[in-house]
Amino acid sequence: MKKILINFAHPAKSRSSVNKTLRKAVEGVEGVTVNDLYQAYPDFMIDIEREKQLCEEHDVIIFQHPLYWYSTPSIVKEWFDLVLEHDWAYGSKGNALKDKLFFQVISAGGDGASYQKDGYNEFSLKELSAPFRATAKLCKLVWLPPFAITGVHGGLPTAEILRHGESYRRTIIALRDERVDIEQAKLLELLNADLNQLIGSE
Amino acid sequence: MEAFLLQFFIFLVAAAVAVPLAKKLGLGSVLGYLIAGIVIGPFGASLIHDVEAIMHFTEFGVVMMLFLVGLELKPSLLWQLKTSIIGLGGSQVVLSSLVITGISAWYLPWQQALAIGLILSLSSTAIVLQTLQEKGQMKTEAGQSVFSVLLFQDLAVIPMLAIIPLLATLPSLTADQHGSVLFDLHALPEYLQFMTTLGAVVLVLVIGKYAGQPMFRVIAKTGVREIFVAAALALVIGSSLLMLAVGLSPALGAFLAGVVLADSEFRHELESDIEPFKGLLLGIFFISIGASLNFTLISDNILLILGLSAGLIALKWLVLVFIGKVFRITSKERSLFAIALAQGGEFAFVLFQLTKNTGVLPVSVIEPLISAVAISMFVAPLMFVLHDKMARSSLAEALPEDEDVIQKGDHKVIVAGFGRLGVDIGRFLLSAGIKPVILDYDSNNVSVLRKLGIEVYYGDATRLDLLESAGAADAELLVVTFGNTDAAKHLIELAAKHYPHLKVVANARDREAAFELMDIGADNIFRETFDSALSIGQSAMQQLGIDSYEAHRLKQIFRKKDIEMMPELYKKRCEEESYISLYKKHHAQLEDLMKLGTNESLEAANKAWAGRNPDH
Repeated sequence: MKKILINFAHPAKSRSSVNKTLRKAVEGVEGVTVNDLYQAYPDFMIDIEREKQLCEEHDVIIFQHPLYWYSTPSIVKEWFDLVLEHDWAYGSKGNALKDKLFFQVISAGGDGASYQKDGYNEFSLKELSAPFRATAKLCKLVWLPPFAITGVHGGLPTAEILRHGESYRRTIIALRDERVDIEQAKLLELLNADLNQLIGSE
Repeated sequence: MEAFLLQFFIFLVAAAVAVPLAKKLGLGSVLGYLIAGIVIGPFGASLIHDVEAIMHFTEFGVVMMLFLVGLELKPSLLWQLKTSIIGLGGSQVVLSSLVITGISAWYLPWQQALAIGLILSLSSTAIVLQTLQEKGQMKTEAGQSVFSVLLFQDLAVIPMLAIIPLLATLPSLTADQHGSVLFDLHALPEYLQFMTTLGAVVLVLVIGKYAGQPMFRVIAKTGVREIFVAAALALVIGSSLLMLAVGLSPALGAFLAGVVLADSEFRHELESDIEPFKGLLLGIFFISIGASLNFTLISDNILLILGLSAGLIALKWLVLVFIGKVFRITSKERSLFAIALAQGGEFAFVLFQLTKNTGVLPVSVIEPLISAVAISMFVAPLMFVLHDKMARSSLAEALPEDEDVIQKGDHKVIVAGFGRLGVDIGRFLLSAGIKPVILDYDSNNVSVLRKLGIEVYYGDATRLDLLESAGAADAELLVVTFGNTDAAKHLIELAAKHYPHLKVVANARDREAAFELMDIGADNIFRETFDSALSIGQSAMQQLGIDSYEAHRLKQIFRKKDIEMMPELYKKRCEEESYISLYKKHHAQLEDLMKLGTNESLEAANKAWAGRNPDH
């Protein structure tokens, strides 16, 4: 059984129903730790040792966040800057994160069609995840495509949000129980593009 | 009484005229005093009499100076200096004595030559330390070396007092050379003499260490300042008397008392209390040296005496340069070291007197030598001036190398007041490696903090002299933590007037106090309870379930806006009505800005990026 760390980053989470629902879906699941970054570090004073220890104790490291400027909220960048130290995360002696799974859970305002080469935003979410992918390579992590919920600003119906929550939960549990074909998953456009193909029948 | 007052008056006026003049001409205060002495002395306007008695009395200034020097020297620092005291000091005294003895032995019997060698090896503690302190060079490498040598010389006087009478070849003038007021040590057998002497030194150390501090603490509690001054004087005089009684140098006693108290919280207070006495006595001492120059004798033997003076300075200078080389003092520092110690010293007057009384030297030998020593002392401050001129021109090229390397430890910070607020400020600065000089007027508080290992000094920071001895002249920053607004205002005004370079960070009790401090032009004012109020507010919001980050932002917004409206409120504070309406207006704005759930800046975070489709 793999242990899963969800680094959650939303500066105004009480006003985001999507992120609230997603979070609720996985909180309390056995083997899952939710680490709320804005709650823990409202002044951005990240406790580097605590964060490093959390990473070491888990096998899957997830960043769950809204998409801000094709990227993450600022505290995630701060986290990368401070926590991923040389000789711990990377460098010839930096093997602390080796072979752990690593991906983003993104909620995006624009709908799926806008995140395509010929769509309004011109880049796919998988492409926009490139910094994570490059980071994963440097830190010997295993990168997976993002799990994404799009069209949030259009105002998703509650039923759909709940459905997303359920897929999130199934994905997390499947990863925990090692029922996901990782090589297969890497090839997907989004981790939640075709859940049944990814997880198979339970 | 009138005669005494008149004499005193003449000394004071002479000093008041001559010293500022000398300083203006860049000659230093010592030279000013000496010149004043010549002017009012028997060979000038002949305004004063009984110069020798005055010199004798005011020699006590040297004792006080050594007490002050001791206060600056913690025992640990003294221990660090031990090699240079024994090495530099020892070799200076031994070598100079040998060279001078050797040359004198051409003309005089060896006993007389040896006595002269010993006496002339000494330098002038009074002139040299006063000048170095005035120029702020005590802490330099040269300053420390000079001090080590002077300290060794002061110690060396003790065996000299014992040896010189043994060199007598002439019938002695007075039978009893060791008449002490308290009791005659020489009535005791020799081993007891030694034990008594040792006992006296130990007594000074023990009293200073264990009785001194509690005594001062009790006195400090009375809050009567002149009693503190009296106790300080009593301590200095008492330890000197004790040393005299056992045949040691009183300067040594005072020095030891100073060293023992250097670690105590009363260091700066004692310093500023004794300082004026020392200054006055030393000033008069220098004047009396000037006045004691016997110009009839000098003009009769002008060539001999000038030759002796020049020879004395040259010989001592050569020895010092040699020692400096052997002990690897850098060449820049070495030239100051050699120049500083090349003169004869005030102890020579005392010791020559002894040789006269005990029949070691004939008067015909002593008189020209005393004049030569006096002249060398007169020339000493001039040599400092000359050295400065030369050093400055060579410095201009050598300087740029070691500039810009300011270490954290070099920042000089004075924290005034170490109550509930000051304690945390002090701890904060200390843990960042910034070591402030901390002053507090509550002696209970001071002793508790000292037990915790925090270096706090007892004293009222609103006193100019105490600020001075806490190092305000070299300090960079003054932190005022007083809750008492009047005291804070007084201190800030005092600092602005006397130390305009000093940056100030100040605490204000409340908004009203902040306005009062703004009145006197202070900036960097912090309201005592403001930040903790907001922190409590932030915590309260979190307890109510508001997101940490949101609570944090709200606190920051409130803090920023409140500080921003201070100058405007300040302008209106005298007009009650408009003040209140302004305050209400600001408050309403703030309320709008912060209204939970709608607050703009948090909305901004929420929609930090509304990457929606344009057509949605």
